[in-house]
Amino acid sequence: MLKVENLVKKYGDKYAVSDISFTIKDREVVGFLGPNGAGKTTVMNIITGYLSYTSGACTVDVYEILENPTEAKKLIGYLPDEPPLYPEMTVKEYLNFVYELKGCQLNRDKHIMEICEVTKIVDMKDRLIRNLSKGYKQRVGIAQALIGNPKIIILDEPTVGLDPKQIIEIRNLVRSLGRDHTVILSTHVLSEVQAVCDRIIIMNKGRIVADERTDRLTELMSGTRRLSVRIKGNKKEIQEMLSGIEKISYAEASRDVTQPDGITFRIETKDGADVREEIFYACAERKMPITAMETVTSTLEDVFMNVTRENARKKVKTK
Amino acid sequence: MTAIYKRELRSFFVTPMGYVFIAMFLAVSSFAFCTCTLLAGTDSSVSSYFTLELIIMALMTPLLTMRSFAEERKQKTEQLLLTAPVTLPGFVIAKFLACYTVFAITFLVTCINFPVMFAYLSDMNLFQYNSVTALGGCIALLLIGAVFISVGMMISALTENQLIAAVGTLTVLAALLAAAVANQYIGFAPLRAFLSWLSIYARFSNFSKGYFDIAALIYYASFAAVCIFITVRIYEKRRWS
Repeated sequence: MLKVENLVKKYGDKYAVSDISFTIKDREVVGFLGPNGAGKTTVMNIITGYLSYTSGACTVDVYEILENPTEAKKLIGYLPDEPPLYPEMTVKEYLNFVYELKGCQLNRDKHIMEICEVTKIVDMKDRLIRNLSKGYKQRVGIAQALIGNPKIIILDEPTVGLDPKQIIEIRNLVRSLGRDHTVILSTHVLSEVQAVCDRIIIMNKGRIVADERTDRLTELMSGTRRLSVRIKGNKKEIQEMLSGIEKISYAEASRDVTQPDGITFRIETKDGADVREEIFYACAERKMPITAMETVTSTLEDVFMNVTRENARKKVKTK
Repeated sequence: MTAIYKRELRSFFVTPMGYVFIAMFLAVSSFAFCTCTLLAGTDSSVSSYFTLELIIMALMTPLLTMRSFAEERKQKTEQLLLTAPVTLPGFVIAKFLACYTVFAITFLVTCINFPVMFAYLSDMNLFQYNSVTALGGCIALLLIGAVFISVGMMISALTENQLIAAVGTLTVLAALLAAAVANQYIGFAPLRAFLSWLSIYARFSNFSKGYFDIAALIYYASFAAVCIFITVRIYEKRRWS
């Protein structure tokens, strides 16, 4: 559906985007993740034809964005980081304008009504955009992107500045859009991509540092498996016992020793080995009861911090 | 393209801008018309009215054009227009035509003064001379309006501040008109020749003498076309840099 090859964008001598490539399949929901200034917005602006690239290629369906801009743009609905609204128009007038602008050939009133229902702005359709709250403005911006049923919907930070209830609503909306559309969204809220995206592309300083399916990415990063175990007994003895288990690479008692039911140890193992059974038998042998044991999975936050760090310990790039 | 044209035209009349322009233009033009023809007694001439009208247009055009691109850019709505399936020339021309429609209609309203005046003109010779001058002058001013608007839009495309756009346009238009006056004081012949060739006013003076100068009309139309082309290039350039 969308193919970006060796894309480079230079502003003067500075690289905003340096040599990135990715392909997005039909009906995939992809999240662009990265700190501010990572180049997410630039990439989106290039895909939508707002900016030109310095070199490379960007193909929407079968149309190259610089060679066939009009055809390519017909396939894309775009919500930029700031919703492009005319404050002096009413919501209905605005959506009608966008409908004409995109040259749509659908049943106009029905189509616009449907979009208003999906984005929950039916009650606002006769209000001036100037008088809408930020959340509603954002929704009108999304409604605008949906007009004409484009195959690809690109949303640049769609939930910024919304309240938690609105955020959840927008997320649900994005998820439902993913059923019939290809959706690309950018964000720096990690839980958001985790919640709605099939795939995550992490960018930093104009480069792609990770491109993985959401579920795989967390797995990949946890090369070491971490455990949190609470054991009743003498701290020194427990330490000795744990260091006796071969596959454990690191074990340390937590500083908080006031718990009555034991001491909590954080344990990391070599090559992600599962040592829960070994710990159980070792404790049982020494009659030191285990009162709690849980695996600590690394969150997307950890992944994000890892891959965006200047000298990332590990570069995940499997595709 | 029609969508942009319609929205742009409409925006003049949901904000006070369109009304302010029309009201001021009509008021000032009518005043100029009265003082130059009806109240001027023996000095009465349509050509002095046209000269004054030219200056009025230069002063008023910035009101019309300052918003066109500067506001879109400030509101970030240009991102919507530039990512929509509309070509860049289409986008610029639609905006130009919207401004021009408002100007042309207002200007044509001021032209109603002439038939009314001529209806009361008894001297047949004077009527013939003046009606031809009036017709030629109106056509020339309609085209000069296109020149002024295209210059205003070009400058509006360079900034996102409406005030800068307005003042910049005013400066450029004043310079264009002043070229004719400055010309007399320039000793260097090639520069003088160039300035009088460039001057909008020098070409316009033919019309005041009752001479219908087709070359001047073509010059005005080309001038406007070049400004529109440059505006398109400004947008193109911004995408690439």
